[in-house]
Amino acid sequence: MPFFAYALLFLFLPSGQVMVGAFRDVDGGFTLDNLRTLFEEPYRTQFRNSIEVSLVTALLGGLLGFLIAYSAIREGTPRFIRSALTTFSAVAANFAGIPLAFAFIATLGTIGVLTTFLADLGFNPYDHGFSLFTKTGVELAYLYFQIPLMILVISPAIDGLRREWREACASLGASSFQFWRHVGVPILMPSLLSAVILLFGNSFAAYATAYGLTGGQVGLVPIYIGYLLSGDVLDNPHLGQALAVGMFVVLALMMLLYIPLQRRASRWTR
Amino acid sequence: MRRWIAPGAVIWLLIGAAYFLIPLVATSVYSLKSNQTGTCCTLENYGTIIHDPAFWKSIRISFVLALETIVIGLVLLVPTVYWVNLKLPRLRPVIGFLALIPFVVPPIVLVVGLLDVFRGTPDWFYAKPYGFLVAAYVILAFPYIYFALDAGFRAIDVHTLTEASQSLGASWRTTLGRVILPNIQGAALAGALLTLAIVMGEYTIASLSTFDTFPVYIQYVNENQGYPASALVLLSFGITWAAMVAIALVGIGRGAQTRVGGA
Repeated sequence: MPFFAYALLFLFLPSGQVMVGAFRDVDGGFTLDNLRTLFEEPYRTQFRNSIEVSLVTALLGGLLGFLIAYSAIREGTPRFIRSALTTFSAVAANFAGIPLAFAFIATLGTIGVLTTFLADLGFNPYDHGFSLFTKTGVELAYLYFQIPLMILVISPAIDGLRREWREACASLGASSFQFWRHVGVPILMPSLLSAVILLFGNSFAAYATAYGLTGGQVGLVPIYIGYLLSGDVLDNPHLGQALAVGMFVVLALMMLLYIPLQRRASRWTR
Repeated sequence: MRRWIAPGAVIWLLIGAAYFLIPLVATSVYSLKSNQTGTCCTLENYGTIIHDPAFWKSIRISFVLALETIVIGLVLLVPTVYWVNLKLPRLRPVIGFLALIPFVVPPIVLVVGLLDVFRGTPDWFYAKPYGFLVAAYVILAFPYIYFALDAGFRAIDVHTLTEASQSLGASWRTTLGRVILPNIQGAALAGALLTLAIVMGEYTIASLSTFDTFPVYIQYVNENQGYPASALVLLSFGITWAAMVAIALVGIGRGAQTRVGGA
């Protein structure tokens, strides 16, 4: 089938090239040195930063996304809020990259609208150690697409929490806390975990937002790969490939966790 | 049971709304500031953009790239998903697994490999956005088109439709074109709109292979001119918004909307 030929040519061939290249030295011979350098500075810190940013935005984004999605779905909330939220989340989850970075610069940059407003109130965040052009800033911007993604992914699972279960618990005398402790959270756990893993990968792979925000001045793995590709850094062409393999390994581990969790989570969704 | 909206729900929804609306409002305020003096309110930023030939050029490139990606993606995937659903259901998990691979090989990794493999190929492919970039974008769009199509195919009875069509003497081509396609056009449209949104916003691969697409132009204006970039950002948001609202209006694309964004 032509489709498989296409995937072979433009997906597997380039990926394979990256993986083989990572084990080559400048003369083309086999070496493990490229991969060994990943554990040296500054790459070690870059990987730690990337993982840290991904963990923070996945956990925080997951928590906030879940709370917002649940607030929109739970009984008593008007139905139009739910559909507005779904559409908006689809937009925001797709609204990443350069435009998102600019929107945050306009908001929280040194002369951003919110910064100026807070400064007028007597609290300039830049006087208190805050800067948008750091890891914290990148995390704030990433949450802008992480939270909506969580809302999109977790909503079907929340729908699967049947009202009868809640009523059954209530009529047996369980409090709201007991319901969540013994029924709600255990049922949602596989869905929550797989969603958070997805968010982790989403943030780990992101390049454009961080680049647009910091101009390449933040120590994340994708940013450094981009720097190697665009600059005239010719000393070792295989370093970029080694970094790419490092990312690939992290993301592949993530998928190995994701697939079985996803399968388990689908048990309760209709 | 409770009939009114819970106080806790109101708080979380308000926090969410504030987080998502403030940057948009701030961008709108920026777009009305004068690029010379930084004071409000003028429409000159919009004028600057509209009169910049590079703007029209970049947005045309991105739009043509999106159309090309959509056509190639659908031509490759519609027959494949049809065939897998009809004859080779055993292959379904395989192709579903394939659709997850672009998440393990993100754009930043893909571009490293693509540049390496295709360096030295003829100029009509390597040096033209309509060749090299489209090839990469079809891979990026593949999971979204696939999941949209798969949902569409699962909602119809492929076997009965095919048998009915063939027992009336239709060829394979007639069956696919005049029976199957009209039944999955909603799903195909959802996949196409998602692809449009993705391609119009893709920066990583375009900038690292030095093509002047719309997002690359936004970054250029951002670095060199400042305020006028906000007008472009609003336009970019508008494009994404239009694509997503269109998907919602068509009333399909459920399950296809889980865009794993970031880029």
